[in-house]
Amino acid sequence: MTELVKTLCMLDGVSGFEDRVRDFIREQAEPFADSVREDAMGSLIVFKRGARRTGDRLLLAAHMDEVGLIVTEVTDEGYLRFRFVGGVDRRVAIGKPVLVGPEHIPGVIGMKAVHLVKAAERSSVPRVDELYIDIGAPSGEAARARVPLGSYAVFSGGCVEFGSGLLKAKALDDRIGCAVLLTLLKEPLPLDCTFAFTVQEEVGTRGAFGAAFSVTPQVALVLEGTTAADCATVPAHKRVCAPGKGPVIPFMDGGTVYDRGLYETLTGLCRTHGIPWQTKEYVSGGTDARTIQRTKAGVRAAGISAAVRYLHSPSSVADVGDLEPMLRLTRLFLNAMAGELEEDGYGAV
Amino acid sequence: MELFETLKLLTEAHGVSGREAGVRAVLLERVRGLCDEHTVDVMGDLICHRKGPGPRVMLSAPMDTAGVVISHIQPDGYLRFAAVGGLAARQLAGRTVRLANGMTGLIAVTPDKAGEDFTVSNLYLDVGAGGRGEAEHLVALGDTAAFHVPAEERWGRVLASGLSSRAPCAALLTAMEELSDSPNDLYFVFTAQSRTGLRGVKTAAYAVDPDYAVVVDATAADDVPEADHRGSCVLGAGAAVKVMDGAVICHPRAIALLDGLAARRGIPAQREVYKAGRSDAGAVYTTRVGVLTGGVSVPVRHLNNPAELVQLSDLRACADLIKAFAESELENV
Repeated sequence: MTELVKTLCMLDGVSGFEDRVRDFIREQAEPFADSVREDAMGSLIVFKRGARRTGDRLLLAAHMDEVGLIVTEVTDEGYLRFRFVGGVDRRVAIGKPVLVGPEHIPGVIGMKAVHLVKAAERSSVPRVDELYIDIGAPSGEAARARVPLGSYAVFSGGCVEFGSGLLKAKALDDRIGCAVLLTLLKEPLPLDCTFAFTVQEEVGTRGAFGAAFSVTPQVALVLEGTTAADCATVPAHKRVCAPGKGPVIPFMDGGTVYDRGLYETLTGLCRTHGIPWQTKEYVSGGTDARTIQRTKAGVRAAGISAAVRYLHSPSSVADVGDLEPMLRLTRLFLNAMAGELEEDGYGAV
Repeated sequence: MELFETLKLLTEAHGVSGREAGVRAVLLERVRGLCDEHTVDVMGDLICHRKGPGPRVMLSAPMDTAGVVISHIQPDGYLRFAAVGGLAARQLAGRTVRLANGMTGLIAVTPDKAGEDFTVSNLYLDVGAGGRGEAEHLVALGDTAAFHVPAEERWGRVLASGLSSRAPCAALLTAMEELSDSPNDLYFVFTAQSRTGLRGVKTAAYAVDPDYAVVVDATAADDVPEADHRGSCVLGAGAAVKVMDGAVICHPRAIALLDGLAARRGIPAQREVYKAGRSDAGAVYTTRVGVLTGGVSVPVRHLNNPAELVQLSDLRACADLIKAFAESELENV
């Protein structure tokens, strides 16, 4: 699964521009799926029959989009002004290489030279409008010819395995979730499953709304990447979670109080089957669960996340050793749901 | 039951947003026999249906209170937590809170931050545990705790913790108990997770699909020293007919209906124009193709403080007005 995660992370998928991720997933999923559709927002909704005919009752979700940049203005000198798409800490963006648009025009996020920085400015972080993307264009005209306004840019840089089983890449949030779902999709399933690969999660769980509304499941499991702050300077109660300690099963985050019964099911499965697990020991962030849970008359929602350091940065870091337990736990969850959910659901076939 | 007795019962029950089982059980006990059927939905809302031939009317009140949720247990037995429902660090520091299991603890500020600006991360809960083992015996991550000041009545006013949701619940419950014949198809809903962003009522309103809705909630009484005048209501002036709050501008017909009923039945009423605060009405109004939504609010002093204060005559007026609405002949919409 590590290779699949790497492949997925290398694809462009800034919120609203998920095409390449969607195309890849569709191609991978189609041979194994009973139906595949793309909704108006761009989410990919894949249905696959399982041993028990539970129809639409179970939804598995992961988001395809990643944080990135969008070009808002081309200056007369040929620099690209931009805004971030999704929550990017601008401190980690300054000086980083990016790739602009589907043509992957190389650029770097620049700002004024150090000798021009006033003493007072040194203690603060430059605003986004003080930054720009430099694509080396000789003039505004030349830049405009290559980069239309509204072009996206992704962080560039490859995937690197380092240390004891760590993986550095962009977009680990949430290509890990996508990889887990894609892997499951290729296996025989214990019950009917709808897989939603959602769009625009990073800008406010927007894609999940239409996906969940059209499927209307009874139970939803959201596979995610979540922020880990297990760094030297951070006290234990603010670390949230840590790579290498197993899947993160949240009881609550900034957007959702997860279904108590499903939380207990997941943590119980870990205990029974000897799967390492952790919970989110700091209430922050949010996932597609917040929108899926409040769909129509309500959906029981659970989450399994991979702990990811430096989330939403060009170099997010996960532990490869967490992937297999995440997949195993998801499989066990499907088995549990196969025993719980009723049959005779109408599938999306 | 006397209004004060109802308040006492409800304010004694635990029910921080997302963990409303305690207060829901108390309400369930009381609503049994007052409705034809009741369900608890995925979010934890208690939905009680009293069947009738007329338009579908949903009357709701939030049952959850703000509080804290335990997020980390230290090796030395201290508990770390997050605030739920909008409590600020300064409102929590130095206070005692009670967990669902009845255990009380003190929230303290780490000494390095005392006297400075501090955040919830600088606070810890001391329940007297000598180590992680002792703490884990009685507390699990995800458990919640809330302020607990027992209800006291004096001069017709009541001081207690959690009144900003439990007083609306008491008004709704009382209306339900005193209701005579109604031509309407009535749903009484006690909502969950209101204080974390109007979450519970969203799914309840979708399921009920009402023609009319009246949301019962609290509004900040503006009659305290140096009041900021963000609200229009005062204690003792009766039921507050909601015009707007931070989440809703009520339907003019709902406002007119409630105003008219109060005038005809001689129920003391005032108007609520509240520039802060968000009530469930905001989420109900935008359900499906839109719901004709109004609100009746209980003026509450000291919102979100360890103890809050209401006047029983206001609560009585709220119960009477909700009852009047439930019993009224409504046009089909």
